[in-house]
Amino acid sequence: MTTTNSIIKVDDLQTSFFTHKGEIKAVDGVHFDVPAGKTLGLVGESGSGKSITSLSIMRLIESPGKIKGGSITFNGEDLLAKSEAEMRDIRGNQISMIFQEPMTSLNPVYTIGDQIAEAYQIHQGKTKKEALQKAVDMLELVGIPSPKARVKAYPHELSGGMRQRAMIAIALACNPQLLVADEPTTALDVTIQAQILRLINRLQDELGMSMLLITHDLGVVAETCDYVAVMYAGKIVEYADVNTLFSNPKHPYTVGLLKSLPRHDIDQEELEVIKGMVPRPDELPEGCRFAPRCPFATDLCRERLPDLEDLGEGNQVRCWIHTDQWNGPEVNVKDDYRSAEST
Amino acid sequence: MADTTVSASTVEKKRINPQIENFKNVWRKLRQNRLAMAGGFLIIFFCVAAVVGPWLTSNDPNMPNVSDRLQGPSGEYWFGTDHHGRDIFTRLVHGMSITLRIGISSVIVGGTVGVFLGIISGYYGGRIDAVIMRSMDVLLAFPSILLALGIVAVLGGSITNVIIAIAIFSIPVFARIVRGSTLAVRKLEYIDAVRALGASDARIIFLHILPNIVSPIIVQATLFIATAVLSATGLSFLGLGATPPTPEWGAMLADGRNYMWDHPHIALFPGLAIALVVLAFNLFGDGVRDALDPKLKS
Amino acid sequence: MFVYTIRRLIQTIPVLIGVTLVVFLMMHLIPGDPAQIMAGERADAETVELTRDRLGLNDPLPVQYGSFVWNAVQGDLGNSIRSGRDVSAEIVPRFWVTVELAVYSTILSVFMGLIAGIISATRRNSISDMVIMVVALFGLSMPNFWLGLMLIQYIGLTVGWIPVSGWGGAAVILPVITLGTAGAAIIARMTRSSMLEVIHQDYIRTARAKGVKERYVIYKHALRNALIPVVTVVGLQFGVLLGGAVLTETVFAINGLGRFVVEGINQRDFPIVQGSVLVLALLFVLVNFIVDISYRLLNKRIELD
Repeated sequence: MTTTNSIIKVDDLQTSFFTHKGEIKAVDGVHFDVPAGKTLGLVGESGSGKSITSLSIMRLIESPGKIKGGSITFNGEDLLAKSEAEMRDIRGNQISMIFQEPMTSLNPVYTIGDQIAEAYQIHQGKTKKEALQKAVDMLELVGIPSPKARVKAYPHELSGGMRQRAMIAIALACNPQLLVADEPTTALDVTIQAQILRLINRLQDELGMSMLLITHDLGVVAETCDYVAVMYAGKIVEYADVNTLFSNPKHPYTVGLLKSLPRHDIDQEELEVIKGMVPRPDELPEGCRFAPRCPFATDLCRERLPDLEDLGEGNQVRCWIHTDQWNGPEVNVKDDYRSAEST
Repeated sequence: MADTTVSASTVEKKRINPQIENFKNVWRKLRQNRLAMAGGFLIIFFCVAAVVGPWLTSNDPNMPNVSDRLQGPSGEYWFGTDHHGRDIFTRLVHGMSITLRIGISSVIVGGTVGVFLGIISGYYGGRIDAVIMRSMDVLLAFPSILLALGIVAVLGGSITNVIIAIAIFSIPVFARIVRGSTLAVRKLEYIDAVRALGASDARIIFLHILPNIVSPIIVQATLFIATAVLSATGLSFLGLGATPPTPEWGAMLADGRNYMWDHPHIALFPGLAIALVVLAFNLFGDGVRDALDPKLKS
Repeated sequence: MFVYTIRRLIQTIPVLIGVTLVVFLMMHLIPGDPAQIMAGERADAETVELTRDRLGLNDPLPVQYGSFVWNAVQGDLGNSIRSGRDVSAEIVPRFWVTVELAVYSTILSVFMGLIAGIISATRRNSISDMVIMVVALFGLSMPNFWLGLMLIQYIGLTVGWIPVSGWGGAAVILPVITLGTAGAAIIARMTRSSMLEVIHQDYIRTARAKGVKERYVIYKHALRNALIPVVTVVGLQFGVLLGGAVLTETVFAINGLGRFVVEGINQRDFPIVQGSVLVLALLFVLVNFIVDISYRLLNKRIELD
């Protein structure tokens, strides 16, 4: 990664789950960094390991999961070397996280005011009263109407969109430097999705934070992100700034994802989807993990795993096609891509 | 009309098969649960012992033997003798069938009535539901064994009356659970489909609802046998169930109470026997519940 | 909440009617002549006739039921056949003994059960978890009267300073352990499974992501949610305790209501049985009412329905 001045740098992160069936590598040597004040989108289908990556950054992986190796450098310090107590001071304070399910991510037996105040109280050492005042301010900031009344509401009294706003208020109460948002809009209605995305964008500008946005939705990426890392089966397969990625994608998987987006500029007979599924982390293929679904795959692809290489055009790609060793026919990934079945 | 019957039964076939699949699945899970299997084997062992045991023991369970009174455990009397010189081990073996009979028959009787009332309540709803469930509330308002106690007081103390008393006090437990499950099943779309195809109420209840609510019934029945055994031995201990010289375990404890201070084996073994039987049903019932309801055990 | 309390109060009315009806009918369901039963087995024909008249047994059943309830409400539960004494006056002191026994046992089982359940859940699959769960399983499989006998034998008679019969002072120790053990076992198991379910909820992850200390994650965020189903069990358990009190009081020769019932049955002193059973059932109805209300208070979610 060439970007300097990054807020967080993830290097060779490996997170595995140790079950009775053996080790399952959910995240297998992931590299990326989030430039300060910018948004990195971490994109992939479900099962690609992106949520595990975000929980690894928070050090919230639960047994039987374990961060096996690599480093996560935040403000020049390795998070993986920190004690649990040091990590607690960072969570909710310098790095905050919002989750996919607003319906279940709030504690049903406490008011949302209490839940916002809690983080503020823990990290800023304020009294309960000050913290509750802060909660009202935060509710106002995230655009919840009549915040003074809502601060006393229980989660079940709020709609899904309102709950996600409350989650954002919790996450931002201590003005974090980095916000990790794991599919923050996936569970919401389409109209609400747009509102929440706009809110997140606005708050990011106002508060000057960096963001790691985890999503399966390239539409969301286009609206919010500055950089994009595409993840597939536990590995990053392409990394680029958002414009480059959309105009000049290099990895067949990225192209496949882009082709499966509905487009408004041309008439489409039908959306193209990538055939097949992400392989389960316990049955990873040898070689390139996308090979079984890739329309261009050769024997080379099926035998050996390519490295993530900088192409010098703003892209870093993990694909044999863009290397000297490519021995298949000349291809232009973007133009020649057809989903595997139609070739 | 003939057509609708044919299609009704096709719908039915589709719905019954998953039950069988489910049963295999549950059996597989149950077999992996070592504690549950231990409970299951204990239950089988007790049942066999209850049937075969009385023929294998050489001593008479009820014949007093004054010369061998209050003997400690020995090679001849494995668990010692009581104050009449009767072999405690023999009496325990003979009492096994009484314990199991009370536990199992009271659950069968109470369970049948409770399941029937629960299904009627849940299926028909409305006033029938209100009347049945309020009656169940009344039965539940009597603290557990107290209801059985009252019933035995009315009927008089005997093993049959203990079974009736415990059956009655198990009725509301079954009725409540079954009603809840019935309500849940009744909401499923296919019940509407079957009804639309002209199936009768009885057919819907027995072919569609009942198979879908077997799981909670089985779990409850297994666990309630444990409760029934505890209650029955309790009643006999109070002198309101089986009466001496019947080798019922609770009655044995009551009978030997005055001698236990100097001869602890008199109270130790009957109590352990009760605890073991109850434990076996609890273990097995827990296992069945976990196997049937995976969300309870992740 | 107020509306719910009123509604729940109204719901208990049919139960109260039912309970009094059952207790009232007990007398009429007994094989034989109720007047003979109420007058005692050895009463002569004249006494029986007088009793029949006094009890209004010649009236139609609904009238009899009405006066039974009317008298009961005024605290008149009839007179003992054996002693001739007022049943309510006999019941009151015994009632408080049983309430004390049941309350202490509940406190013990909630206290022990919660601690054991939380330890088990937070150290899942550890040695302590396994030991606790095995002990709990035995605890709820043991007949409590046998546990009482064993406690007398192996603790009461060896330690010496703990009385093995009666009530008050140190004498409460063994009965309370006897009666509280099964409840503690059930609450421990319930707490464990409830905690394990709650610990995997999304909002627990949210709490951790906020930087909440693990101790507070468990005791503030998880426990309060896990307690909700446990409260119901505590309520049901209280009924089991009242029933179990019958046996415990018999084993430890405690002059409580439970033992009173058994004595009444053994002496065929029916007014005593009727009165005691009625009082115990009413107590249980009251406890269930309180439990339901506190369940509502704890679980804010269901207030909407």
